[in-house]
Amino acid sequence: MSTLPALLDAVLVVSLVLLGLSAVLVVVRLLRGPTGLDRLVALDVLVAEFLCGLVAYAALTGDSSLVPVVVAISLVGFLGSTTVARFVRRGTGR
Amino acid sequence: MSTWELVLDTIGTVAIVLGVLLTFVASIGLLSLPDVLSRMHAATKPQVVGLLLIVIGGALHLRTSPDVWMLVLVGAFQLMTAPVTAHVVGRLAHRGEGGLRRDLLYVDELADRPDEADPGPDDQEESPPHRNGEAVGRSRRRGGPGSDGASLDSDE
Repeated sequence: MSTLPALLDAVLVVSLVLLGLSAVLVVVRLLRGPTGLDRLVALDVLVAEFLCGLVAYAALTGDSSLVPVVVAISLVGFLGSTTVARFVRRGTGR
Repeated sequence: MSTWELVLDTIGTVAIVLGVLLTFVASIGLLSLPDVLSRMHAATKPQVVGLLLIVIGGALHLRTSPDVWMLVLVGAFQLMTAPVTAHVVGRLAHRGEGGLRRDLLYVDELADRPDEADPGPDDQEESPPHRNGEAVGRSRRRGGPGSDGASLDSDE
């Protein structure tokens, strides 16, 4: 029974590493993405994965001071992606 | 640590691991799917389902009232904002901004929409029902649909 919390922490660390790996994959799409919309979608996913990483880190450390940061980033990320979408226009889609 | 807390921690960790696996699969899909619309299909997984699972897991780990409610706020806000962004991006993609591969579409329900030939007004607000003079004026201001089509083809 005493080894279970350590096991849970190890699992959380592994999932954080996996999140970092998937963020790397998304950054590859962000750099390659042939059009502006591809980069926009990739940037959205990157923000979502950043939120996931912050919540998982807060769960790992039990430190709840990161939770307001998560709220703020989810608001700002939405504003950013919609604003960028306004400027992706026909002919300037790159 | 009581048994009850241990059970909550375990359920939370399982939820976080499920969300992270979903996010990882979606990232692979984002890298390997062919065009914008199918990449959007992959992109919604970490944005909605993955983030909700991870938020539930984090709430089960933290377990204090302000944290849980703030995480509920994050989940609800993501549920409200993800469709807005997806709508804007899908609309721009269907207009031809993002190198949409129409040969991959099974059904194109907007194929005969009259405003598809129109270079498109401001992207955010719905344009009023098109009268002819308005559409002509708009396309003249933007250099005409012909030149836009040419620049689109050169994008490929």
